[in-house]
Amino acid sequence: MKIEVKKISDFVWEIPRTGDMLVPGRVYADEETIAPLVKEAVAGKPGGLTPALVQVANVATLPGIQTASIAMADIHPGYGFAIGGVAAFDAEKGVVSVAGVGFDINCGVRVLKTPLTRGDVEPIKTELANELFRDVPSGVGSTGEIRLKESEIDELLVKGSPFIVERGYGLPEDLEYTEEGGCIKGADPRNVSSRAKERQFKQVGTLGSGNHYLEVQYIEEIYDLVAAGIYGLFKGQVVISIHCGSRALGHQIGTDYLKTLEAASRKYGIPIRGRELVCAPITSTEGKKYISAVNAGMNCAFANRQAIAHLARGAFARVAGVKPESIRMLYDVAHNTCKFETHTVNGVDKKVLIHRKGATRAFGPGREEVPEAYRSVGHPLLVGGTMGTASYILRGTEKGMIECFGSTVHGAGRSLSRIQSKRQWRGAELLKELAEKGIIIRSGSMSGLAEEAPGAYKDVDRVVEIMHRAGVNRKVARLRPMVCVKG
Amino acid sequence: MPYSYCEHVSDIGIRAEGPDLKSAFSEGVSAMLNVMFDASTIGEGEVREILAEAPEIETLFVEVLNEVLSIQGLDELAFKRIETFEIERTAGGFRYSGIAFGEKFDRARHGARTEVKGATYSGLKYNHGANGTHALECILDV
Repeated sequence: MKIEVKKISDFVWEIPRTGDMLVPGRVYADEETIAPLVKEAVAGKPGGLTPALVQVANVATLPGIQTASIAMADIHPGYGFAIGGVAAFDAEKGVVSVAGVGFDINCGVRVLKTPLTRGDVEPIKTELANELFRDVPSGVGSTGEIRLKESEIDELLVKGSPFIVERGYGLPEDLEYTEEGGCIKGADPRNVSSRAKERQFKQVGTLGSGNHYLEVQYIEEIYDLVAAGIYGLFKGQVVISIHCGSRALGHQIGTDYLKTLEAASRKYGIPIRGRELVCAPITSTEGKKYISAVNAGMNCAFANRQAIAHLARGAFARVAGVKPESIRMLYDVAHNTCKFETHTVNGVDKKVLIHRKGATRAFGPGREEVPEAYRSVGHPLLVGGTMGTASYILRGTEKGMIECFGSTVHGAGRSLSRIQSKRQWRGAELLKELAEKGIIIRSGSMSGLAEEAPGAYKDVDRVVEIMHRAGVNRKVARLRPMVCVKG
Repeated sequence: MPYSYCEHVSDIGIRAEGPDLKSAFSEGVSAMLNVMFDASTIGEGEVREILAEAPEIETLFVEVLNEVLSIQGLDELAFKRIETFEIERTAGGFRYSGIAFGEKFDRARHGARTEVKGATYSGLKYNHGANGTHALECILDV
């Protein structure tokens, strides 16, 4: 499929509105990343990333879409929506799509600040890696220590993180520094299948596999002293980052509603380009049920990261000889969500349903959803890199609120397939290579490790630079990994 | 080769072939299981019935893959393979029945690879070729 892409400014490219597109597509990129993509797209050759641009155009045809179908600088092909895709729909006339959320509902990142510096942690990092790997269950089919009763799972889905904190896994202040307070309203466990719940009983407090991880990192560079001061960050400081989602519950909700919304797409005669974009009107019974199930999935993921944070806190405090409560929350942000939010559209405040598929909420200064302590600069955005490279802490801007409905990138974004990756790297060699750089890896799966090789991802520095220079967000700090527990 | 993998930047595409539709389905399930485990390490002590229904062959394939994942997760199993009994036409489309073989998941023994989160409608294809071969394709979210 041929697709037209034109340059709007140094960091913004547009897929002009043609045919059945209701709005244009907009992609954040620079000359170097977009040039090969455009070449492939113009030639109509299915290259590695071209399908992602086609997906951006496809989403632009969905009923009720507002302003533009947007893709962040970490864009790569997903199923239906591109990963890095953001789309807002009129809350009354729009649609909700399973493809805009995916199977890993509220996959997200949580960062904890420790009182220690790189120098303090360097001598204990091997022991730290061993203890974190032991205490935080990871990998395919991993199960956790926190077991729930059948009656409790519904409560967890409604309450989210507070449910976990009430049971002693964490500090009350953790909630204040979690998106939505760790509990999104409107979750209805009746719309979550009993199978989804049963699959989750033993998985609370587990990392999962694939690109999920727990890292101990240090702050290598501070770019924005004011924001860093407000966030309580300093150069050399050691932090703990947790990347994971709603585990089997989210996967099963995705599976269940893929079927429901496939039928709904036909029932309501929604014009979709291809089956993968299955959706339902937001106000339909199917749409409402799906949104309430996603909310339940989101709460499950918030609770999961809360439980993992508690385990990580315990292990870190024990090894480092600090008090668990001295390890404090920076923030917790969600990717893979659809949420009702109010945004300015054509100069008017409007309620919209925003899909963020592999994209992070990025609220700028002044928004009431941002914790009071951070409100003058916007909440921290946590962008995960790869095992051997950097991660970033950014902050939202007013420009990003207007242009991207308060959203940004969620990571580096893959550039090589998992198969190519395994062909190019061996897990054991990678382990050695990273060890030489001073990064200790613990993982149950060598092939999983090779799939996640740093070289299989786009350059995270460049991805972040594009969003920074486009003014959608500002860089606050760059993090380097010391220890990585890989799912 | 009865099944193979296709390049996809973020996820994994599977392609399964067989002389008949039933064997193509069984191969498709093997392709997915092989992403998760090394089949040679898994015994066959546990058996589960796999049933699915869908309006079309393509969506039936996704249903079967997702049903296998669900049952496997639910009962904490590692499946080795599936035997497809029947794919029959119904008033509303197609019905699948089969038996999956495996054993209780043991992380130390089963050489766990990558978790499959679900089978998607992306890249979903069914082809009944002139040479009589049945081929199924789909992208797995990993």
